Amino acid sequence: MLKGKQIPKIIWPLLALAAILLFNLLFTDHFFRITIRDGHLFGSLIDILRRCAPTMIMAIAMTYVIATGGIDISVGSVLAISGSIASLVVWGGSTNYLAGDDEAIYAAVGLIILIPLLASLALGAFNGLMVSVVGLQPFIATLILMTAGRGIAQLLTGGKVLNFSHAGFEFVGRGYFLGIPFPFILAMLVLLLGLAITKLTPMGLYIQAVGGNRSASQYSGINTKFVILFVYIFSGFAAGLAGLVMTADITGADAGFMGLYMELDAILAVVIGGTPMEGGKYNLKGTVVGVLIIQTLTTTILTRGVPPEYTTIVKAIVVLAVLIIQSRKVRELIEHRTMIRAAKEAESV
Amino acid sequence: MKKRSVFLVALLVLAIVGGTVFAGGQQDAGADSPKVVGFSQCDSQQAWRWAETESVQGEAAVRGYELKYNDAQAVQANQIAAVRSFIAQGVDGIILAPQVMTGFGPVLQEAKDAGIPVVLVDRLVAEDEDMYYTFIGSDFVWEGERMAEIVVEETGGKARIAELQGTPGADPTIDRKKGFENIINDYPDMNIVLSQTGDFNRTKGKEVMEAFLKAEGENIDVVYCHNDDMAIGAIQAIKEYGKDPGKDILVYSIDGIKDAFQAMVDGDLNAVVECTPLLGPQAYDALEAAWAGEVLPKWVMSEDGIFLQKDAASIIDSRKY
Repeated sequence: MLKGKQIPKIIWPLLALAAILLFNLLFTDHFFRITIRDGHLFGSLIDILRRCAPTMIMAIAMTYVIATGGIDISVGSVLAISGSIASLVVWGGSTNYLAGDDEAIYAAVGLIILIPLLASLALGAFNGLMVSVVGLQPFIATLILMTAGRGIAQLLTGGKVLNFSHAGFEFVGRGYFLGIPFPFILAMLVLLLGLAITKLTPMGLYIQAVGGNRSASQYSGINTKFVILFVYIFSGFAAGLAGLVMTADITGADAGFMGLYMELDAILAVVIGGTPMEGGKYNLKGTVVGVLIIQTLTTTILTRGVPPEYTTIVKAIVVLAVLIIQSRKVRELIEHRTMIRAAKEAESV
Repeated sequence: MKKRSVFLVALLVLAIVGGTVFAGGQQDAGADSPKVVGFSQCDSQQAWRWAETESVQGEAAVRGYELKYNDAQAVQANQIAAVRSFIAQGVDGIILAPQVMTGFGPVLQEAKDAGIPVVLVDRLVAEDEDMYYTFIGSDFVWEGERMAEIVVEETGGKARIAELQGTPGADPTIDRKKGFENIINDYPDMNIVLSQTGDFNRTKGKEVMEAFLKAEGENIDVVYCHNDDMAIGAIQAIKEYGKDPGKDILVYSIDGIKDAFQAMVDGDLNAVVECTPLLGPQAYDALEAAWAGEVLPKWVMSEDGIFLQKDAASIIDSRKY
């Protein structure tokens, strides 16, 4: 696969990120200013870390799904279900609040986190079984939960945004640990969890094998069904965790809107990061950089006050540019030219 | 193989004949039983639409009409199919909350040919006025204008305004912006310094407000939000920034959901212009006028209110959505 001295893939998304940051350094006032306020770090860069966390959590898991040659488009809906369940658990499962009764019971923070995560694991397992055992196309299998899931979330909350105030749970979305936004720390923990599973166990190898050639890996003795089941469960878990972060942040579950189209951002981040959609290979570091690119772009657009009509166009153009630079053809062209130049220089010396 | 297909065709014929006979029977029975109204809702994505649906359903029960309800799940084709099925079932009137403005021409023509009055609620269609009986809805420009008047009054005509717009291209976004600007353009010291879309939701509203505060935190006097949910997100962002929403930065929004009233009671939100979803009573009033052969204006304004922070505490308990 590696021929000679190839420029490492991660360079391209990193260059794109650096370019956006450089633009801000030159043209956006205070973008790099980080101060300490209320005992935590404060500034646009910190906003980026905090706002990118839900997408990053989902995109890390999505990387593994895509590496098996699959896709999980249900994550946005799973996120909404998780958030809705959390907001119900906060109120002890009662909707007294809706009736204007202030006597509702507050649940313990452990339960508020545990129950939605268990539900998300189950939803991930449902996706996994649909793909591995039933044998549905991943796109179709997860489409089921994508459409039905949002309906379930809305039924759970009765179509209303369930508000709450719960200091313990709010920390998940708004807290700071050692001055760093807690959601970002959670994203890093998910990254570590992913790395631990794929580096310390043969799972990483299995995922690539299944994505490369499923029947060949089946014949070589890999339990492909289990591998596929695993990546979808992990993806469900990640979506559920992202849902907790977002719900805790706005102290309410907006079942109709939360996570809407976020599956697209997650998939985009994976692709920007250099993981091919056909599976077989993955680039986890690239995914992390991909998420940072998308969020830095968003925060830049918001801070600079680009008119809303142009926001999506600007975003699309930048993403397109990143993807073109990354495409194999363009990279080969650049590498070819560098080699020719190097050869010429060598000659002239 | 052949036998099976013959059987299938026979089954199909039986189903069609049976269905027709059954439908016919229903129609006959409908002669002296209560009026039947079909309500096609475009989707149920927000609390606002749920409240609208509950209003239409509840009022049907109050007035003793039989209601046939369909939720199109945000797909226009479903909605057109639902209206067709209402026509086929021979309902006495149709209430339609359109998903989009275009594409309802043919099915409205069918309803007209069948002599069934159609009342549009909350969103207009881009069709000839003859195609429907009347439209009941808010005037988004009016909402923006009233909001601006309140802001002018409470700031003395001098304010640097940050605007959280709705989804780009949506009617309420365009018109609430236009109405607001209609008024403030007469005041040279009222300026919109920042404007960005918050997509009508809390998460995005909060994220946008955070970025605004980073960019111009000390230079924002007022936040004008095209809906309440974005205002609630913005309020959180202002608090986390370390300022007092409602005092340091005044917050105004449109819609009038219960959470907004709570925010006013808490002193975080300064005023709300209502965009009521409780259109049931007015919709049936219109249908009754149609059945009586009366002529209504093509646009009946919904009965929207204006609520200030000081009045919120006494009103909040009566809010239904």
